[in-house]
Amino acid sequence: MKVKRLALAACSALAIAAHAQAETLTIATVNNGDMIRMQKLSDAFTEQNPDIDLEWVTLEENVLRQRVTTDIATKGGQYDIMTIGTYEVPIWAKQEWLVPLDFGADYDVDDLLPAIRAGLSQDGTLYAAPFYGESSFVMYRKDLFEDAGLEMPEAPTWDFIAEAARKITDKENEIYGICLRGKAGWGENMAFLTAMANSFGARWFDMEWKPQFDQPEWKEALQFYVDLMNDAGPPGASSNGFNENLALFQTGKCGMWIDATVAASFVTNPEESQVADKVGFALAPDKGLGKRGNWLWAWSLAIPAGSQKIDAAKKFIAWATGKDYAALVADKEGWANVPPGTRTSLYENPAYQEAAPFAELTLKSIQAADPTHPTVEEVPYVGVQFVAIPEFQGIGTAVGQQFSAALAGQSTVDQALSNAQTLAEREMMKAGYTK
Amino acid sequence: MATLQTRASARLMMTPAVVLLLLWMAVPLAMTLYFSMLRYNLLMPGMEEWAGTLNYRFFLTDPAFFTALANTLLLVGGVLLISVGGGIMMALLLDQPFFGQGLVRLMVIAPFFVMPTVSALVWKNMLMHPVNGLFAWISRTFGLQPVDWFAEAPLLSIVLIVSWQWLPFATLILLTALQSLDSEQKEAAEMDGAGSVSRFIHIVLPHMARAITVVVLIETIFLLSVFAEILVTTNGGPGIQTTTITYLVYVQALLQFDVGAASAGGIVAVVLANIVAIFLIRLIGKNLD
Amino acid sequence: MARAVPTRTKLGFTILGWLVGFLIFFPILWTVLTSFKTEGTAIATPPQFLFFAWTAENYIEVNARSDYFKHFANSVIISVGSTLLGLLIAIPAAWAMAFSPTKRTKDVLLWMLSTKMLPAVGVLVPIYLLFRDSGLLDTRLGLTVVLTMTNLPIIVWMLYTYFREIPGDILEAARMDGASLAKEIVYVLTPMAVPGIASTLLLNIILAWNEAFWTLNLTAAKAAPLTAFIASYSSPEGLFWAKLSAASTLAIAPILILGWFSQRQLVRGLTFGAVK
Repeated sequence: MKVKRLALAACSALAIAAHAQAETLTIATVNNGDMIRMQKLSDAFTEQNPDIDLEWVTLEENVLRQRVTTDIATKGGQYDIMTIGTYEVPIWAKQEWLVPLDFGADYDVDDLLPAIRAGLSQDGTLYAAPFYGESSFVMYRKDLFEDAGLEMPEAPTWDFIAEAARKITDKENEIYGICLRGKAGWGENMAFLTAMANSFGARWFDMEWKPQFDQPEWKEALQFYVDLMNDAGPPGASSNGFNENLALFQTGKCGMWIDATVAASFVTNPEESQVADKVGFALAPDKGLGKRGNWLWAWSLAIPAGSQKIDAAKKFIAWATGKDYAALVADKEGWANVPPGTRTSLYENPAYQEAAPFAELTLKSIQAADPTHPTVEEVPYVGVQFVAIPEFQGIGTAVGQQFSAALAGQSTVDQALSNAQTLAEREMMKAGYTK
Repeated sequence: MATLQTRASARLMMTPAVVLLLLWMAVPLAMTLYFSMLRYNLLMPGMEEWAGTLNYRFFLTDPAFFTALANTLLLVGGVLLISVGGGIMMALLLDQPFFGQGLVRLMVIAPFFVMPTVSALVWKNMLMHPVNGLFAWISRTFGLQPVDWFAEAPLLSIVLIVSWQWLPFATLILLTALQSLDSEQKEAAEMDGAGSVSRFIHIVLPHMARAITVVVLIETIFLLSVFAEILVTTNGGPGIQTTTITYLVYVQALLQFDVGAASAGGIVAVVLANIVAIFLIRLIGKNLD
Repeated sequence: MARAVPTRTKLGFTILGWLVGFLIFFPILWTVLTSFKTEGTAIATPPQFLFFAWTAENYIEVNARSDYFKHFANSVIISVGSTLLGLLIAIPAAWAMAFSPTKRTKDVLLWMLSTKMLPAVGVLVPIYLLFRDSGLLDTRLGLTVVLTMTNLPIIVWMLYTYFREIPGDILEAARMDGASLAKEIVYVLTPMAVPGIASTLLLNIILAWNEAFWTLNLTAAKAAPLTAFIASYSSPEGLFWAKLSAASTLAIAPILILGWFSQRQLVRGLTFGAVK
């Protein structure tokens, strides 16, 4: 017994000694530009905190998501900080997989944009700190609009968008009126289509969790999308995602593009974009039903429950999502590169407003999205362009495949919708939501 | 007596490989079998309960199941056809003496070393994209309408990408077989006045038969599990045109995190793969003895 | 014995050979070229072939952003380690199967091959749980073991087909001379089997190098090989062609060079029993 106790004491002494040396935080993150910049600037953090070492695991979105989800669900304990989105947070928080986040007063949690904060909280407790937030809006070519004698209102309707897209299209010269996502996937075409359908009055499920693809609102929305893309979209649309459309827009092939607000900084960057000085912005279109077709997403940092290094991890998260980090980026790389969409104070900053011509519309778009009441009619779920239930990734992708078939002309809109309805009903029954 | 002794030591020597493989195969397989009969979603812990055959029923009655099965066979068959057919032609070509043969052989082998995700990304965006891709640019230069690969022929596009990756492997093995063909044998046939076509059919092809079966067997094993290429290019769409069995299992495992369903799908895939294997083994068995 | 070939035929084959070789190699060449472009020129239409402003900026950025040599070292350790370990287990087994076949030898062999057909993604969770409990997650040892196992059937089978080609008479003669089993392997068999072992080794290093499911899903920071390095450049939000091309070039280069240098060895043993 004595020996055992001694050994235990020795072990804990060792543990304490190790603790006093340096703690290594393993941070899993997405390979998007803002995170890469965080990694680059993190020396500033380790200088302030010499007792903390950082180890980065940077992966593309799909791989990252499957890695961190497997790890947290099996309590693998590979990561101390995980980068997750607004889709994961409510599901994981409900399972008590995440450490509730509370920060000191200087963090100024009330400065976080209310829509984003709501998306990352469960019953009023914050479970993940937003690193950058985004909504979606319309990016358009001012020169093409001028040539066509059109003027983009700040808050266009879908009918105007459709009319303008058809007018601008000049297939001979490879100018396509509108570029929209078409590649199947819950985070690809379904992110766009779900948000768009919300503005048409459609919803994924009714209050009894019954799928709604047999309702006229979905038919109207999908038909509108397919017709518009056939008339004014680029070839290959059914396999275009964010990056394919970005490449098209930057090389001047698109008249309009409705996608993530973060794209604004890419399309206005003269080093990459051939149309950098010709881009205008507008809110995502609506149908006069009170909801706009824009989504809400925030890449956020969270700590898995059961982590041994909660204090150090919190320190890092407070640094990376705090106001000082914004100032640091501004100082080193300019205001335009500050991670957008998380704090009110950033949008009140005149230096930022000047550096980022899209700032005001980004803010308005984010404010216009309401993850807790995403649709015209009532729904039992949270999430604008997704449904925050564990089954959604699979169902969303399967439905996305059907819709991309309709876009590719391989099935009719009616067929696609009825297939989507059948498969969603099946999955919901299997998961036990409906009988 | 030596034979008895050798036989005993032979068994002893086989043991590590067999035992390890048995463990590798049996432990996860047993776990998978067990999980496949549970209602077990990683994202909803604490809800595990006995589900009996529920997961199997859902996997097998999935409306996409039979299409996925057909797609899997088409994908494997298509790639085999192209890589073996192309491989034979490449081997015949590379067997001819010509200037810079060594260098050309290196270029032909190269695709084998490229990781699947990268080759899928490169093909999809830099070559096959109907607006920004190189193929589209070539078609337009000749005044043709660019092909919209992933909408018009999604499965064929994936078959092409995968074939490109596996053509070098087939070429390599077939070339080795071809070069081992006795040149005296070839010359004797030439003397007899056999034309090059009949020489190919009666001497070269039978000689390569065994190498061909080897290529078929090894490629099939790897091709059955192809999915990075699908994920990167089409995500199984449009519709379910590029959904394969492996992709269906992937959806259950890494999108739904439904361990029960993924396990059931895995078991189904193993059973199917074994049916294919038995079929192949019949083929190989004949050719190998 | 070289046959006399008319120069014109040879010229014709030269043109054809180079054309086909070029076409097959083109996607890789294009990737390498793209790695020297800026992101903007990488997507430019019409495409730019050689006359663009060459830049090494992508390589500089890739090196600044990630520790290429750590991933490279991991790849080498894992692929070479798993192949050597696999050979260690497989050589005796294949030897036994080839020279003392029993009724069930073939069944065992085919059963081994069929284990390769279990779709990896279906057993991810069981393996992940096993690895978690044995502390093997994100370790090079763990990955080496997994890759040994996944490639073992192929290794055994390749060696078996090669060993079978070794004439049994030689062994008989050795046995007559009173050679023990160990001596038989070391002095008689091994020298004859070297080409077969060498090409098995090379082929499996290549397969292990490119393995992108287990290497991605069982690692985090410490043991991540080049597949994870690639995954950190693929498909971010924004243009990534040039940087991905640079990262790919760096990831492919070592294995390509190895493959090129060892081409002859690789090919010699790939006969799979075609030599009679």
